[in-house]
Amino acid sequence: MTRDGADLTLRHPVERFTLDNGLRVVLAPDRSVPVVAVSVFYDVGMRSEPEGRTGFAHLFEHMMFQGSANVPKMEHARLVQAAGGMFNGSTHLDYTNYFQALPSEALERALFLEADRMAAPAITEENLRNQIDVVKEEIRVNVLNRPYGAFPWLQLPPVAFESFANTHDGYGSFVDLESSTVEDAEDFFSRYYAPSNAVLCLGGDLDTAETERLVRRWFDVVPARPAPPTPHTGEPSPTSVRRGVVEDPLIPTPAVAVGWRVPDPVGDFDTYLGTVLLAELLSEGDASRLELRLVHGDRVAVAQSSYLGLFGDPFDVRDATMLVTQVHHPAEVPADRVLDAVFEEVARVATDGVGAEELVRVQARTSAQLLRQADSVLGRTLAFAAAELVHGRAELAGELAARLAAVTPEQVQQAARGLDPGTAAVLELRTIGGRR
Amino acid sequence: MSVPVLDTTLVPALGEPRPQPVPEAHDTTLPSGLRLVVVPRPGVPLVELRLRVPFAAASARAAAAHVARSAVLAGAVLLGTARHDQVEIAQLLQAQGAELGVSVDPDRLTFSTTLLPSGLAPVLGVLAELLTAATYPAGPVEGERARVAERIAIARSQPGVIARSALASRRYGLHPYGQQLPRTELVGSVSSAALRKLHRERVLPAGSTLVLVGDLDPAAALDAVGAALGGWTATGTDVPVLAVPQPVPGPLELVDRPGAVQSNIRLGGPAPARTDPELPAVRLAAMVFGGYFSSRLVENIRERKGYSYSPRSAIDHLAGGASFLVEADVATEVTGPALLETTYELGRMALTTVTEAELDAARRYVLGTTALATATHAGLASTLSALLGAGLQPGWLAEHQRALGAVTVEEVTQAARRWFAPARLTGVVVGDAGRVADALHVLGPVQVTATAEPEPGA
Repeated sequence: MTRDGADLTLRHPVERFTLDNGLRVVLAPDRSVPVVAVSVFYDVGMRSEPEGRTGFAHLFEHMMFQGSANVPKMEHARLVQAAGGMFNGSTHLDYTNYFQALPSEALERALFLEADRMAAPAITEENLRNQIDVVKEEIRVNVLNRPYGAFPWLQLPPVAFESFANTHDGYGSFVDLESSTVEDAEDFFSRYYAPSNAVLCLGGDLDTAETERLVRRWFDVVPARPAPPTPHTGEPSPTSVRRGVVEDPLIPTPAVAVGWRVPDPVGDFDTYLGTVLLAELLSEGDASRLELRLVHGDRVAVAQSSYLGLFGDPFDVRDATMLVTQVHHPAEVPADRVLDAVFEEVARVATDGVGAEELVRVQARTSAQLLRQADSVLGRTLAFAAAELVHGRAELAGELAARLAAVTPEQVQQAARGLDPGTAAVLELRTIGGRR
Repeated sequence: MSVPVLDTTLVPALGEPRPQPVPEAHDTTLPSGLRLVVVPRPGVPLVELRLRVPFAAASARAAAAHVARSAVLAGAVLLGTARHDQVEIAQLLQAQGAELGVSVDPDRLTFSTTLLPSGLAPVLGVLAELLTAATYPAGPVEGERARVAERIAIARSQPGVIARSALASRRYGLHPYGQQLPRTELVGSVSSAALRKLHRERVLPAGSTLVLVGDLDPAAALDAVGAALGGWTATGTDVPVLAVPQPVPGPLELVDRPGAVQSNIRLGGPAPARTDPELPAVRLAAMVFGGYFSSRLVENIRERKGYSYSPRSAIDHLAGGASFLVEADVATEVTGPALLETTYELGRMALTTVTEAELDAARRYVLGTTALATATHAGLASTLSALLGAGLQPGWLAEHQRALGAVTVEEVTQAARRWFAPARLTGVVVGDAGRVADALHVLGPVQVTATAEPEPGA
């Protein structure tokens, strides 16, 4: 290691307390800029959806912006934006989050808005029908009308996994979305949006004592409900190769994705860190193994990438999850030629290991990227919140750079040994009709 | 539940704003003509680097070849120098936590990266090598040409790219801005010699700007830049950007994309430049119209009618002329109604007045989100680089914010009247002509064109 690991620890103090209704609260103050971030993470994601209700977690996320007991439709946006702030929400495999970044004088307003919809979002027939239409447009713009739009995040899981939780389309089928009812939404809210199933994480320009007072003022009144059990998303490890082919009439050139099951990102965190650096070693940047081999050496790829978790964040998912390598390749290059080269490069790490000098370079780049994310109050706050929800420890987000800097070449080699071509899931995305 | 009414007494009032820290910009011009702006900033231990080199096509006649060569050069400049091959360059950067991204747009060539503070001198050293001694080796360049051609084919399959290209072509005609994507056959014939010539003639310190933001000492950074880039002394003629042509009103262009489940509506027209005193009013008018979630367009065609996921409008600044742009991707079956509502909202902006509340909300949002966007090393570096590249001073941002604060309702109304009138805008729709043409014809003249087929042999 070239750097003292301690230098890479983000020294933001983290304070936490829990309200009587079970809401976990994390404060990560840093007063260097007059900006606060407010986030609420609910422990419900695409993998929580029951059969027949694909896409419901995401549809419900939209419903949370339709107003609430004391906030008319459109007013959530107006109250945040007219205060000079921005807002959004996003639905992930294992959680759904809502967040604002605002000038610090708007902190209490954001707390009011989040508490009001935690207590009573405006679930009406009119709002539901409107947002089903909006979500369908979102799916059209991002998937149905977009070449490569489902590749590979919606196309690889059915090949790689077995359970409904892991294989179904988390954006949702139009049939399921259109048949959703107000009662479904009320049930979903009642079951999953309990304060005891959520983390409220605040970052930035906070006075902790005053902030705790404000949090209690607005959130203490949200009635307690029992939290649902965490959905079971783990699966037995695969024992064979699984392959799938999808033909896409919109795409001009083919692509292929390969997914390997990896260690439990929460329960087996230390081993998992080796896998995280393996993904970086394989694909991050111009000096990475697969960039040099596939793109520049063999010239069998136009672009390549490897990452953990279908959404690209290695630290915000639970088991089961994958290391995914995806490659866009010219039509005249067969997918198997690409795959052979990928498997060879993984085998080279598994057999020959990684030089200490190469790993230090990879760690330098990884540290820089983690620090860059942490430079924004919002980016930092979301990372703390995800770490609290998924790992039970917000502090972990601040320690990641140092933890990754301490990973040894042997751990990376061990991780590569886990990427067995005999248990990989492969998805080929092919063009149709010989049209490039 | 009953529809709630906003009880304003319940909504917490905003507290007293705390002043934003004002970045301290150290502005120097080196003997070579390179302008250096260094901004030390508290925050994470990183430095952000942006180098912008003016790179517009010299003439309309030369534009097609220039666009093709530029597209290859952006990747090929990293393929080797007199001292290091491509792998060594990548590794030297990676060791400092860096990775140079090189991109071209119609105005300029940009080198950008994050780096660890201890890596400033080595990264500047690599940058200097690329600027003064890139070799464009024939074999690797051949590979880069093939990749660029494949990437163009992929880009041309994206409806958003098809729509943007069609609108640019309609608005700019033969001006270089009319050609957004290089032609594949021209990319295929870009030689190493042509790249070296383009580099020699156009990658010049005069007119270029280097921005460094983050965990650094200004004096040491100046020394490091002087030491590393002192040898970048190439001289040549600055190439002025051609002014864009005056828009010619015409029928709506419908680019046929058979089977498309969505239509991409794009409207565009001129807008005031960054230096124009009317810009603040136009920016705020564009916000009220469709610039953010609380806007009229989003409320109408998303939150009331469900036609579109992300309708939007923005002011876009290119050196040759700024644009007012409106974009909405809508379901095929509501293409006509969505264009009708969009046109209605534009007409409403142009003919009636905005409210004080709408103006105040837009103003606070622009000021607040500008502060958020410049509250990171990366955000501040990119913002400063854009401003300097446009010939502005680092202090422009503060002046512009003051100007935004003074805009009145009357000024917004006048600005909308002048710039947003639907009759002044050029329109393009990409969609299934067989299903949307009839409805669009109801609203005005329509000219249908075929989608360019993907080029064979890419």
